[in-house]
Amino acid sequence: MNHNLDFITQWIEPKSHVLDLGCGDGSLLANLRDQLDVRGYGLEIDPDSIEKCLAKGVNVIEQDLNKGLKNFSDQSFDTILMTQTLQALRYPHLVLDEILRIGSKCIVTFPNFGNWRTRTYLGFQGRMPVTKQLAYQWYNTPNIHFFTYADFEALCKDRDINILNRQFLAHGFPDSALKSVWPNLFTEIAVYHLSR
Amino acid sequence: MSLEAPEKPKDLSGSVGLVKPQKVVIEQPLKLACGVILPNHTLVYETYGALNKNRSNAILICHALSGDHHAAGIYEDDSKLGWWDQYIGPGKPIDSNRFYIVCVNNIGSCFGSTGPTSVNPETGAPYGADFPPLRARDWVESQRLLMEHLDIDCWAAVVGGSLGGMQAMRWSLEYPGKLKHAVVIASSLKLTAQNIAFNEIARKAIKSDSDFCDGNYLHENKVPHRGLALARMIGHVTYLSDELMGQKFGRDLRTGDLLQGKTDPIEFQIESYLNYQGDKFSELFDANSYILITKMLDYFDLAREYGHDPVTAFSHASCKFLVISFSSDWRFSPARSQEIIDALIAAGKDASYVAIDSNHGHDAFLLPNQRYQDALGGYLNKLANQIEGHTS
Repeated sequence: MNHNLDFITQWIEPKSHVLDLGCGDGSLLANLRDQLDVRGYGLEIDPDSIEKCLAKGVNVIEQDLNKGLKNFSDQSFDTILMTQTLQALRYPHLVLDEILRIGSKCIVTFPNFGNWRTRTYLGFQGRMPVTKQLAYQWYNTPNIHFFTYADFEALCKDRDINILNRQFLAHGFPDSALKSVWPNLFTEIAVYHLSR
Repeated sequence: MSLEAPEKPKDLSGSVGLVKPQKVVIEQPLKLACGVILPNHTLVYETYGALNKNRSNAILICHALSGDHHAAGIYEDDSKLGWWDQYIGPGKPIDSNRFYIVCVNNIGSCFGSTGPTSVNPETGAPYGADFPPLRARDWVESQRLLMEHLDIDCWAAVVGGSLGGMQAMRWSLEYPGKLKHAVVIASSLKLTAQNIAFNEIARKAIKSDSDFCDGNYLHENKVPHRGLALARMIGHVTYLSDELMGQKFGRDLRTGDLLQGKTDPIEFQIESYLNYQGDKFSELFDANSYILITKMLDYFDLAREYGHDPVTAFSHASCKFLVISFSSDWRFSPARSQEIIDALIAAGKDASYVAIDSNHGHDAFLLPNQRYQDALGGYLNKLANQIEGHTS
């Protein structure tokens, strides 16, 4: 299920320089360009997504995140975006370091494994969770790290990463109603705005 | 760069159909990078599609080492389609229904534009080896004069593969206001030592032919066929991939067999193929042109005059870029395209990069490939929509 990420436009300065890591079909970059006159690039490896970016006139660079971001120079972007990708990378902590080397700020989103649905799936069924947010079997999932937003915040503390903003997203009942009361149990997607 | 063109098609509906080359004498003097001034020069070119009312839908196609102006369609008395017919035509990625497409045979080449086989007005004899050395920027300058002749103020795009991509990049720096997009395919910021080495072997092959006569073979009524064929064979190997040659020819024999106890001559299919390609090329191309243009390739270094910094170089560009590479291209490998895109990103230019999976080596830029077609077509379709005022 696609969560509406429109609110992150508040975290991005107009006319700023943005790099979207794993930009998909380029919708987010196209919106930022059209609404905020933001300039930037998307990185993507899926051929269909790349083609959709080209058709939208979005700058797209075919590049595999797992092979690093060494070709981008220090502090060359205002904001780095990475939606729903952190959990699929080999070494998320090193990628976070790289992102904050290239950009002064970053926005990352990831599925919160602390959500009650995944907890009950594993806790009661004794099977690895297959949910709307994590819609794969254990053997074919691209998501190779499972973590909760509390785990993520612990990592940020360890690595001296500042949390500027955070937002917890959830769909439907009871998650959307209860996420503010007990975020780790009811958040499906966590969104963080970070700097170093 | 391959001379392989499809057999004569029975159905020309997907093609621009019958085409005729045009010829123009550019009367403005052309000052070459080497300092020599050509008081006038002849250009042979073709156009496909129609120029719109605003004269804003023109695309310049830049050919590579052995290319010519015949990029698409077919001549009445010929059986071969243009060299990029796969990508230029109605409904094709470079869509002649929407763009006005111009392809010119560049000076120094040998298909009708001023070059080593043309008569030197000062001597009344062919230039031969005395044709002045050229740089890619000279081709750009000559193309700009043609642009004036065609009354086009700004190219919607300049598109080229290999040496063609180098011209597109040079255009973006020399005349930033005269193109909206540069499409740089299977190209490079400069040649590597290995690239130059192969070019020198090819030149040496030509010069070693006794019929070369130090470049004055036309005066002697000779043609260095053997040397030029050998040069082409060397070049041709660098345009293909090991994998493709394996698939296409493997160790198949054309004549003889490898059983012991036989003395019959043995010829592998690849030997026969390369000999055929070399011989065919030596009938079509001029040896001095080959030497001239391979040197032009060797000399090309986009960033030389910008402190050898491609980022500084591209900071002068104002067009948008599409860069395309092919996985098995070892002449201008994906690493070369990566250097281009990295410099464009560091210079903050609007740019996209597509790395196409292909086993066709450098020649992939001429050959059918769905992903390549979709990427190039999608990019130019968006451009056509913008020109035509669509909101999409």
